[in-house]
Amino acid sequence: MHTDYLILGASHAALSALNAIRMHDADGGITLVTRDDCLPYSPTVLPYVVSGRSQPQRVFLKNEDYFARSRAELLRGAAVAAVDGAGSRAHLADGRTIAYRKLLVATGAAPVVPPIPGLRDSRFHVLRTLDDALALKSALGRARQAVVLGAGLVGMHAAENLAKTGAAVTVVEMQPHVLPGYFDAQAAAIIESAFRKRGVMLLTGHKVVRVEPAGSGCTVCLEAGETIAADLLLVGVGVAPVTDFLAGTGVEVDRGVLVDDTMRTSVDNIWAAGDVAQARSFYSDARTVNGILPNAVEQGRVAGMAMAGDPGLRPYPGGVPLNTYTFFGQRAVSVGIQEQGVDGAEVYAETDPDGCRHLKVVLKDDRLLGIFGINAAFDPGVMWELVLRRVDLGPVKTDFLVRPQETARALMSRLWR
Amino acid sequence: MGAYSTIAFKPELCDGCNACMQACGDAKGGETLADSRIQIVPDRGRFELALCRQCGDPKCVANCPAAALSKNEETGTIEWDGDKCVNCLLCTVGCAYGGIAYNAARGHVVKCDTCGGDPACVKACGRGALKYVTTARIYNEVGALEDLFVPGLAGCQGCNTELIMRHTLRRVGPDTVLATPPGCIPGMGSVGYNGLTGTKVPVFHPLLTNTASMLAGVKRYYKRRGREVTALALAGDGGASDVGFQSLSGAAERGEQILFVCVDNEGYMNTGMQRSSCTPYGAWTSTTPVGERGKGKSQDAKNLPVIMMMHNCEYVATASTAFMEDFYEKLEKALDASRRGFAYLHLYSPCTTGWRFPSRKNIEVARKAVETNFVLLWEFNPRDGLRLTHPVDKPRPLREYLEAQGKYRHLSPEQVAHIQAGVDHQVAFIRGLADGSARLPAM
Repeated sequence: MHTDYLILGASHAALSALNAIRMHDADGGITLVTRDDCLPYSPTVLPYVVSGRSQPQRVFLKNEDYFARSRAELLRGAAVAAVDGAGSRAHLADGRTIAYRKLLVATGAAPVVPPIPGLRDSRFHVLRTLDDALALKSALGRARQAVVLGAGLVGMHAAENLAKTGAAVTVVEMQPHVLPGYFDAQAAAIIESAFRKRGVMLLTGHKVVRVEPAGSGCTVCLEAGETIAADLLLVGVGVAPVTDFLAGTGVEVDRGVLVDDTMRTSVDNIWAAGDVAQARSFYSDARTVNGILPNAVEQGRVAGMAMAGDPGLRPYPGGVPLNTYTFFGQRAVSVGIQEQGVDGAEVYAETDPDGCRHLKVVLKDDRLLGIFGINAAFDPGVMWELVLRRVDLGPVKTDFLVRPQETARALMSRLWR
Repeated sequence: MGAYSTIAFKPELCDGCNACMQACGDAKGGETLADSRIQIVPDRGRFELALCRQCGDPKCVANCPAAALSKNEETGTIEWDGDKCVNCLLCTVGCAYGGIAYNAARGHVVKCDTCGGDPACVKACGRGALKYVTTARIYNEVGALEDLFVPGLAGCQGCNTELIMRHTLRRVGPDTVLATPPGCIPGMGSVGYNGLTGTKVPVFHPLLTNTASMLAGVKRYYKRRGREVTALALAGDGGASDVGFQSLSGAAERGEQILFVCVDNEGYMNTGMQRSSCTPYGAWTSTTPVGERGKGKSQDAKNLPVIMMMHNCEYVATASTAFMEDFYEKLEKALDASRRGFAYLHLYSPCTTGWRFPSRKNIEVARKAVETNFVLLWEFNPRDGLRLTHPVDKPRPLREYLEAQGKYRHLSPEQVAHIQAGVDHQVAFIRGLADGSARLPAM
């Protein structure tokens, strides 16, 4: 078969690209392929499938009608095995071949399984697909003693879900505090205290050296010598782009697929977006994998516009680390970067005495570099825009530090006009 | 996807009374102003807004991992499904307007739903700072009609005449014979190039003097052949109020079944910006130059729509491209009236090139003309008399309109006073006709 635009993947980056292509090119053939048998869903919703908050049959991002109206074909259960760059063809695992004019790689990332001796011989869970979520959900009720490797978002969500079922939960994290990618030690301490209050054991700064199968569970051995028995082990140490199917295409790959500011790879008619892509950072010329949902949406849009030749395309502004995280009814929001390694950064941080609210602002030359809050009111989308526009906060700095939400809203409302 | 109604905000009219927030909170069962989905925020003595824009390509929806947000294609509103929402707050990362935000009292995000098309905040605003703009309805209706002009009309940058032409002919429809006398409209390509017409309906190019009489003949001929067509003129003010006036006046007096649209850009802009009898007092044109002696036009403009009203036509109205809903209602009425007699529409149409203002400001200048009462929007028919369709009770200062245009740059205070007196006189006269305190001698 043949298509104009072939999109590998069907999650946020892929759907965002589809939307952008259709904005400009009403007629070109679009085909999306997904390894899943179901309609597209977001990996981000999976912790909520595990917790029961989301009904698994109601998490789909788009229905069949949407693809029909967009005149796009969605091939389900279709994993890509290899791409023939020279021949502009993709070979699927089931033997089918799709010839394309332009290709978008939006295959996302897969869970990293660290090379810990004994781990692969033991039963463990990961959380990246709907099947993973359903498996973890059914294990949830039976688990009495759970160990979570990694205190990132996947690990922390799972730890909360497990704690709510009454299981004894231990989280092991190599870094000195939880959520190291998004929060500093001070903010992380507030999150950690909420978990400890619910009886979750947080072993930060600890390393697992060995996992031993034990009955239906396993024993987790730490470098410090301790051992923890687990009837449920979840590995949530991070994800990494899967790019092996691009071998031989000439597409340059580092940690992820290297792309320019239009999400184009080193091969002319191949683009990449989302968790699989390694694009320029907003803060430096270094290219990083910024595997977060809003970034996937943005990159997908840029890629789609570039592929369709939309003249309205403006270059990708660069990735900004962003996240929102809710835990035990509390909210943590992170936009931008911390002060480490930034010359001349000004830091304003405050934590309420009761430890319920925390706010930290990082500025340089009165421009916002990062803002981090726990139960602090501000709009991350507005802050992201202030970062990207390098808005001079000098004239409103005092107000901004006291009332970031109101001040930033007023500023953006004015700037939009 | 069509166009949608939207809540518009004018910060210069907002005094921060918070009535909108109160009304929203009440409508949505909130306890405090913080529960309002419209948030007015102080900004150095003025006020700004955080409110959902109901974006056409909404990022909050794209960012939602749980399919809890969706854009309603029918109403344009972005809808939130509490059953599906997982409280992840990623929608708030996507919105740079503060339009969807976490509400602590509710424990989830809240956003504006436009109260189902009847927003409580707008009704509560006594100062006109909030307005529910429903003009989109027109674009959706017109968008479904066939565009009867060729693509790529060659107007000056920022000219609103293309808007007028396309809208008018779309609405009037394919059973039309169009007359476009010399002026900007044929100059833009209505009569076509190289033997091809610029329209999908029969179009002809009468002399500047005889548009209405030729059109009267064409209409009568079709009538005799038993065909019902709309005889439509799209003429400039020069072709209508100066040398074209005798045929226009004659056709109106005879009650010819014509829809005559005069696009008034206050001069012969197509041929090099010469003055016409519709050029206002004080305006620079190439034939009323500004120098040591000359200070722009030394006579007042002829009020052509009032003169047409004095013909007791079946329908007469003034309109502006800054008020498209108003224009559209009048176009409907004029079209209907042209089946019975003479219908005359006078469209005030700022000229970016000849009036000397930046091309992006056309609609703004058109709006200021109305909001300062420099022009008045009204309609007339012989049975109901004259009615103001957009009365401006608290006009903006006239200088805001004059200062927006280079052609008035030279005005002395005396000239401004003269123009202001003319505006005041016009307002008193037209309002007098509207409320019955002044009477037309012929009626």
